[in-house]
Amino acid sequence: MATVIVVTSGKGGVGKTTTSASFATGLAQRGYRTVVIDFDVGLRNLDLIMGCERRVVYDFINIINGEANLNQALIRDKRVENLHILPASQTRDKEALTKEGVERVLNELRQNFEYIVCDSPAGIERGALMALYFADEALVVTNPEVSSVRDSDRILGILASRSRRAEQGEAPVKEHLVLARYAPERADRGDMLSVEDVLEILGIPLLGVIPESPTVLQSSNAGVPVVLEDGSDAGAAYGDLVDRFLGKNLPHRFITTQKKGFLKRLFGGG
Amino acid sequence: MLLRSSRFAAEPAPPFELKGSLFTLTVLHLFQLDRVAIERHLARKVKQAPSFFNNTPVVIDLEDLAEPPGKLDEVDFNSLYDLLRGHGMAPVGIRNGNPELQAVARQAGLPMLPDSRSTGATRKPDRSEPTPIRSRIISHLVRSGQQIYAPDGDLVVLGAVSAGAEVIADGNIHVYGALRGRALAGVKGDVEARIFCQSLEAELISIAGRYRISEEIDLGPADRGKAMQVHLADDRLIIDHLMR
Repeated sequence: MATVIVVTSGKGGVGKTTTSASFATGLAQRGYRTVVIDFDVGLRNLDLIMGCERRVVYDFINIINGEANLNQALIRDKRVENLHILPASQTRDKEALTKEGVERVLNELRQNFEYIVCDSPAGIERGALMALYFADEALVVTNPEVSSVRDSDRILGILASRSRRAEQGEAPVKEHLVLARYAPERADRGDMLSVEDVLEILGIPLLGVIPESPTVLQSSNAGVPVVLEDGSDAGAAYGDLVDRFLGKNLPHRFITTQKKGFLKRLFGGG
Repeated sequence: MLLRSSRFAAEPAPPFELKGSLFTLTVLHLFQLDRVAIERHLARKVKQAPSFFNNTPVVIDLEDLAEPPGKLDEVDFNSLYDLLRGHGMAPVGIRNGNPELQAVARQAGLPMLPDSRSTGATRKPDRSEPTPIRSRIISHLVRSGQQIYAPDGDLVVLGAVSAGAEVIADGNIHVYGALRGRALAGVKGDVEARIFCQSLEAELISIAGRYRISEEIDLGPADRGKAMQVHLADDRLIIDHLMR
């Protein structure tokens, strides 16, 4: 039975697409047949982050409208086996996402995949609602700042009231918190909210903390999901996050300030 | 067809519409059909209260008609109607009576009103057990953008109320967590209503329409993160410790 996971946040620019790309890649690396769908119709980005923008022929909306079949639109990732990308349409808008159409495509994907990752657009309008409607689980991506936390709170309320599971009275969507762009030393100084602050406000289990890292921007521009970058803190954090999602009990890393030793202080770095 | 016409935007506004409504009408309970006796009694009634019989609409009830007439064709509803109209009444229809009588009335072209017994309207409400006013209990966090209202009673939230959320009650509001959103108690004017919370960080608090915004709440450091209550005294909002 396939699991549909929405990656959502409410606010834009917090790292939804980065998280979707690394999460889906991590699941596929661990041997699960995974597809990641870009729901940001009209503002297609996932293909860039995944580095497959030059191989887009058909898109999600083409399939919804019956203009192509799934096999024509799915892009197979060249680096990781078991990973497929379903790009959004850049020429259409969110109104092209119909509930019936999305449901039909998801049902077809369920036949062939174990994990279906839905990369939600920002906002709480049609695109975001369609991305979360059929979800079984949700990764709520938040940055340690008040506006991002408030918007995540809002989207959690929508998950609990307007998803299919809520409307049909089934078990609620399982919620996971992903705290991205976290800088422990700035949280210590009180410049940003701490992990505890965010958990206290949102009240959902923490799946992973992704440290603020220049690698994220570099790999995004290079079209490589950051989870594939060896030696990167953010990449390692995404790896842990995927393992935790799959049931491993791992301690959270990168949430405390690293005490610099005498030599490190002398020679810099770290 | 009428239903379909609403689809066409270009259709001119309809000349009328039908709506149900309730009226209080005088019911004339007929005991016998003796025209002479009826006329005599009518004249007396009109004399007693002439202003009452001024085109007064009446319904003729046949339920208590003692002796059904031997020959049905002798029953002349039209002449009865004329008689009533002559005395300032405006008969609007017939109620009850046996099926034969009703058939005659229908033949005379008189409207039949529904049976009084079948409507169930005469059943008295059961007043022996007053329904208790129930509190509304929310067993989860109230999230930003959510609005929860407890009509008539208290609202109990077993968690925090997030910034951007709104909790409203006709009675008291109890928050077993931090109150960070808006809380409006006694919204129908109950000045006795109170707000209780485990930590007061609200955007707005209001009791019976008196309100304070976050800026005006401004707790001292000793009160931050403490269980607090808000109540009205002399039309002023008072913020106080829950435990003294």
